[in-house]
Amino acid sequence: MTRAAVQDCAVAPARTQSVLVVPAMHCAGCMAKVERTLGQIAGVASARVNLTARQVAVVHDPAVTVPDLVASLAHVGFEAQPRAESAEPVSAVRPLLAPLAVAAFACMNVMLLSVSVWSGADGATRALFHWLSAAIGVPAILYAGQPFFASAWRAVRHFSTNMDVPITIGVILATALSFYETVTGGKEAWFDGTLMLLLFLLAGRALDAMMRDRARAGVDALLRQAPGGATVIAADGAAAWLAATDLVPGMVMRVAAGERIAADGTIVRGASRFDQSLLTGESVPVPADAGQAVLTGTLNLDNPVDVRVTACGEDTSLAEIARLMAAAGQGRSRYVRIADRASRLYAPAVHTLAALTLIGWLLAGAGLHHALVIAISVLIITCPCALGLAVPVAQVVAAGALMRRGILVKDGSALERLATVDRALIDKTGTLTYGRAQPDPASLDALGQNEAAIALSLASHSRHPLSLALAQALAARDMRTVPLTDVVETVGSGLSARYGGQLVTLGRPARADGMAAALSIAGEPVRVIRFADHLRPDWCEALARLAAMHVPCAILSGDNAAAVAEIARTTGLPARAVASPADKQAAIAMLQRGGAKVLMVGDGMNDGPALAAADASIAPGTASDVGRQAADFVFTGDSLLALPRAIAVARATMRVVWQNFALAIGYNLLAVPLAMAGLVTPLVAAVAMSTSSLVVIANSLRLARTPR
Amino acid sequence: MTSLALLIPIALFMGLIGLVAFFWALRRGQFSDLDGAAARILIEEDEVEP
Repeated sequence: MTRAAVQDCAVAPARTQSVLVVPAMHCAGCMAKVERTLGQIAGVASARVNLTARQVAVVHDPAVTVPDLVASLAHVGFEAQPRAESAEPVSAVRPLLAPLAVAAFACMNVMLLSVSVWSGADGATRALFHWLSAAIGVPAILYAGQPFFASAWRAVRHFSTNMDVPITIGVILATALSFYETVTGGKEAWFDGTLMLLLFLLAGRALDAMMRDRARAGVDALLRQAPGGATVIAADGAAAWLAATDLVPGMVMRVAAGERIAADGTIVRGASRFDQSLLTGESVPVPADAGQAVLTGTLNLDNPVDVRVTACGEDTSLAEIARLMAAAGQGRSRYVRIADRASRLYAPAVHTLAALTLIGWLLAGAGLHHALVIAISVLIITCPCALGLAVPVAQVVAAGALMRRGILVKDGSALERLATVDRALIDKTGTLTYGRAQPDPASLDALGQNEAAIALSLASHSRHPLSLALAQALAARDMRTVPLTDVVETVGSGLSARYGGQLVTLGRPARADGMAAALSIAGEPVRVIRFADHLRPDWCEALARLAAMHVPCAILSGDNAAAVAEIARTTGLPARAVASPADKQAAIAMLQRGGAKVLMVGDGMNDGPALAAADASIAPGTASDVGRQAADFVFTGDSLLALPRAIAVARATMRVVWQNFALAIGYNLLAVPLAMAGLVTPLVAAVAMSTSSLVVIANSLRLARTPR
Repeated sequence: MTSLALLIPIALFMGLIGLVAFFWALRRGQFSDLDGAAARILIEEDEVEP
């Protein structure tokens, strides 16, 4: 790339930057391949991959268009999409890094000075060291404490409280007192303890943010792909690609076989079958011909059709689902995170204790200054240092362990909510099953070597969903293609070609029940390859484990009764069929009214409202954008074992969080009486604070063991 | 005491250099793609041209 940059520098006057999303990049080899491929295109100045965000930023001449870049990446096997021009999500960690660095720097230097004071520095030396500590500490505290001050101020302004209120009060009082001591030449200053407190708390905050960033990077790489669009045919016959947001009613879209429809409309020419499973859960393709209505998000299976747009944007059936989801998500936003619940009890208790200490010492005859010093030392010692780490460290470690097993966690509160679930509702198409037709292994076994090779060669020429599935299954069986000539794809009926003079065809069987493809080779009997939607692997063990965890499951599907009944018989689960998105949401609300905590597992747009309404939700990585966005967890593998695994880890995390709380409270029970008695010096505070934090971190690290 | 007058400024100065270096790295985007940085070292730059 550097080479390309040097060549182009002399000639290129203006350059533009394009950002492409390449979800399939995952290693150094992919990075090198992508950068090298793009760098070799004439007119590209540089290409730089960001692996965390699965993006590549390309600086190029305006003459090179984005489709050129996408095409060259497709040529080396990487699917790329221009990034949607939505607001770039800001990293949550970045704004915390600078305060963290300042706190670490100041804490170390002040601690250095404090150690000299503790070991007996006196008189002018002590005064000098205190002044130096103040010079470093006061600006550092004011800068590094900002995230807490801002959050506490927001809470106080709304007459509520959170973890940051006692932190802010403690930090400000301790700094003010230490500064007063420094000015008046007092014996003890608390700059070291205050900075250490900020350092630990910022570390906890940064860990929490890092977990959210990392999971979001994985999900966003999929979500950030630009929204779909359609090829629009103008009145004069000109065809142009328009983004879905630019479509208006009255336009005519040409929808190729294998393409998703970008807006609601009616068919004006052609007839085809449509897969509506993403929208309704219905697995059987629905035929439609001229004059009939088709819905956004359905997949055109057989023939190209022209569709006149009747509704787009806010008016489509999709937008209706989005409205249901917005309403459903409100229930979840009322969930209060466990750390904030703890601080609601904690803050008043701590402040009462400090006030009682002040009054007690004043009544006992101590001077105002002496009583204030002791009261503030109580505030510092009780500052929720270990408490601030107790939740985020445990959740970060657990999320990291889950991520290694292919389960992405959106945020910490998701783990808390998942730990409480005691019911699970599972969608059928795409969740319990793969959601796509796959060739029946038995009918593949029946094919001879030669037949399988011809089938693979034919199927690899088509983008029809059945052809793709067939080619994938045969390639997985180590079949090789054979050379074919005169390959012709006739829409609606299939592929034909010549193989060494023989006519070979792959297409719709003459007499079809269910989904099937017929392979005919001249002079040989016709082979019928059946297709069906199969259950995901490990479903049996996954359901057994869920039952053992006392999470009874049920199927909640939008598919027709017959298809659902078959799966229900196989899995032995109670089932409900033909449920609309609103029905699914209502079913969850009914269970919640009965006191149950519901886990929703689903993938389609029709599951969106239910995923948002449930107490916790999981979607497979193959889910629709809506499903991935609404769910708290996304699992990337095929195996359904992700469900019991995620619940087990969530429960283990909550156990560790409670242990951490117990440790932090135990530490306070020991330290607070000492502080109230006036026996705590800055040295004792520093030792106690770091010990309790280390114990909490060590306890949380036990979660790093990879879950089964 | 005279040694302190020398050592403390030196210690503070060295710490400050570290802090400034960190801020410089942060602003230059060194922390924006940690996974990529970890993988980049494995890229074979001088590949033999076929």
